[in-house]
Amino acid sequence: MMIVSPTPLLSRYAECMMWLARQMERMENLARLLEVTETFVRNADGQTAWDSILAINTDEHLFTQLHNAVNHAAIVPFYVTETRNPASLVSLAQAVRENARAVRPLVSIELWTQLNVFSRNLLNLKNEDMSAHNLAELCTRVRQDCQTHFGIAEGTLYHDQAWLFYRLGKALERSDQITRLIDIRYHMLLPQSEIPGSEIDITQWTSVLRSAAAYHAFRRLRPVTLSPANIVGFLLKNDGFPRSLSTNLRQIDETLTLLASHDNLRQRCSPLLECVTELRASLLDQTAEEIIIRGLHDYMNWIQIQLRDLQNAIAATFWPAPMQPEYHMNHSYFQEQN
Amino acid sequence: MINAQHLASPLMRGLLDNYDTPDFFCELMNRNASVPPIINCVKERLSALSIEELKTRTASAEAQLYRMGITFTVYTDKEAIDRILPFDAIPRIITAEEWKHIERGVEQRIQAINLFLHDIYHEQHILKDGVVPSELVLTNPNYCQAMIGLSVPGGVYVHINGTDLIRDQQGRFLVLEDNARTPSGVSYVIENRHMMLRLMPDLASGLPIRSVENYGPRLHQVLCEVAPDGVADPQVVLLSPGIYNSAYFEHVFLSREMGIPLVEGKDLFVDNHRVFMRTVMGPRPVHSIYRRLNDDFLDPLVFNPNSLLGVPGLVEAYRQGNVTLANALGTGVADDKAVYAYMPRIIRYYLNEDPILESVETHICAEPEGLAYTLANLNKLVVKPVGESGGYGLLIGPQATRAELDEFSQKLQQNPKNYISQPTIGLSVTPTLCGNSVEARHVDLRPFAVTGRSVWVLPGGLSRVALRKGSLVVNSSQGGGSKDTWVMAS
Repeated sequence: MMIVSPTPLLSRYAECMMWLARQMERMENLARLLEVTETFVRNADGQTAWDSILAINTDEHLFTQLHNAVNHAAIVPFYVTETRNPASLVSLAQAVRENARAVRPLVSIELWTQLNVFSRNLLNLKNEDMSAHNLAELCTRVRQDCQTHFGIAEGTLYHDQAWLFYRLGKALERSDQITRLIDIRYHMLLPQSEIPGSEIDITQWTSVLRSAAAYHAFRRLRPVTLSPANIVGFLLKNDGFPRSLSTNLRQIDETLTLLASHDNLRQRCSPLLECVTELRASLLDQTAEEIIIRGLHDYMNWIQIQLRDLQNAIAATFWPAPMQPEYHMNHSYFQEQN
Repeated sequence: MINAQHLASPLMRGLLDNYDTPDFFCELMNRNASVPPIINCVKERLSALSIEELKTRTASAEAQLYRMGITFTVYTDKEAIDRILPFDAIPRIITAEEWKHIERGVEQRIQAINLFLHDIYHEQHILKDGVVPSELVLTNPNYCQAMIGLSVPGGVYVHINGTDLIRDQQGRFLVLEDNARTPSGVSYVIENRHMMLRLMPDLASGLPIRSVENYGPRLHQVLCEVAPDGVADPQVVLLSPGIYNSAYFEHVFLSREMGIPLVEGKDLFVDNHRVFMRTVMGPRPVHSIYRRLNDDFLDPLVFNPNSLLGVPGLVEAYRQGNVTLANALGTGVADDKAVYAYMPRIIRYYLNEDPILESVETHICAEPEGLAYTLANLNKLVVKPVGESGGYGLLIGPQATRAELDEFSQKLQQNPKNYISQPTIGLSVTPTLCGNSVEARHVDLRPFAVTGRSVWVLPGGLSRVALRKGSLVVNSSQGGGSKDTWVMAS
């Protein structure tokens, strides 16, 4: 149920709500990925597969620009404190903070307060907080803080248009994250799965599930065999798992449908809805085995392009760029007189 | 002065035992004649607290303010630092009788200010009658050409006003300054109350403290009242310079309390002299704007062409009567230092009444008597230039050397029109937690008034304390703190 508020949502608020949700979701995923990678994920040579995180986030280019070669010791700081990496925890915290400040008039005080403390703590992060011993602890804390945020959002966010954009952001980000994870990990593990049943194989495949917080849910299905297709199928097509692609595409669909229930938004939402319908149909039409045989990478890639186009179409529909040139912030203009 | 009974009781080792207020009026302790029973009650309750307890509670309050981001931002060359306004847990109390006086005085002053602004932008009777020098008004940098001949809804120019009051040694309330542009601080009045009730429920329990909760709805009502004629359900917005402004917390607070969008310049645009905001459902008309942007930044087509904070075409839309700005443009003439000196005469001129709240005694050096008095008493007075900028060329007589006094005397005689003089005032003090003891600190009071069809004064105010010993500077940017202000209903 959504409330129609007397004032339509400011475009800027819609944009900020969507990005706030996306960035919080991204932080939660990144924290989980760092934690799981440190504990479980190994390359063929038995070394911690930090480089797979670069691949999942397609950050290889930026990383080598900053560090010349792929230097494993530098990957963790690159994702935690590096301000030149827009996908690091610290950069995300900064972005979250700005978006949270922008939507502060709209969200509950409880939601703002938690984000205020959380983002400030991250911005004050010291390098010693990410030594091998502390990384897991730090990641656990970040993950829990993100989950606290989502809990407060669930419990206090008013169900008006702002909430719809927040939901859209969350579901879009989850869809994006799960397809990246599957794409990279599957191809990393492919050579190893040619020796079925080996110890490393099972640990590595279950780590894919753990990276998506899916391990125990998957266990409850009691699969006869733990095959790559089973796991890919679960992460892409399971309708009960909150982070699966199918669940999130359904949520995008439902959210856009709610938005379209506003009289004058029906037309503007219909091309967006068509795009989601097509994505859902493509997923429904094929089994995981078929997806793998036809080319998992190509399919994941196609979905990601569709998701990116959908995000751009949402932006063009709800916060079209004004005609005049962009504004640049200049602090000296920002003081009131009395 | 110390309450003798406290000293006499060996059991009482309370907060106020060593409190001393030489020469100043104390808001809590030395209320000349009979001490109101409510003050005594609060005094007793305070005495039951220990310093340690007060310190613990204060620390908890400050941590909470920081967590909640009830902060203002200070910009250095390198970074932006969020600071809280230090909170003092001993309330400042205003009795019902005192409040009635303040309320009436503020109302009167705002009525006069609005009549004055209307007059100087229309017929200019007060200038023609020689009550206020034309030059002072018409060449004032805050005098706004775009306002000439423009009629504003209800004749209200100053919708939101903050009046800075001080108390002298006798406890008289005096107006120190009017803030008729974009006064800030009202959010702290309300947040300080919330903090106080959370922190000291035992202190407030059962006392007839007047509520400050109603400010948001009142302000929204006024902004609807003054919307352009013929708009049934006006869209009100708060226009902020954005998330980096030092007062952004207050902008958030007010838009939240009013349930209206907080917009930035880029969220608005003008089409065919009408103002719209960009929403997910397309452009929506805007009728009433509570702007927290100074005049200069509102419209690059009229004022500062380099400013990107405002809305191109806004002033013309305003002049056409399609949108209301609160406060109106050009209200800065009314709270100008030079005009302040004429305020008692302005009140008499328009209302035919004596000022209810007195001003600080001001001598206008443009007038022969004023100049003569100032020259004769230079070592006792503060002499202020009346030009646009404050602080420059100020003489503090009691602190000046003989040579400085002589030199200033020359300057004064060369250009007397440029100066006013005032006696130094011993501001009232209030018990304030300072380190490990409770000491007397100087305090002022800024009540806030909201004006639409009538003037409404929020029963409360921002009490700012100068935390440095002996300091008279209460500004938050210069080490000032704040207190909850309890206006009593009886």
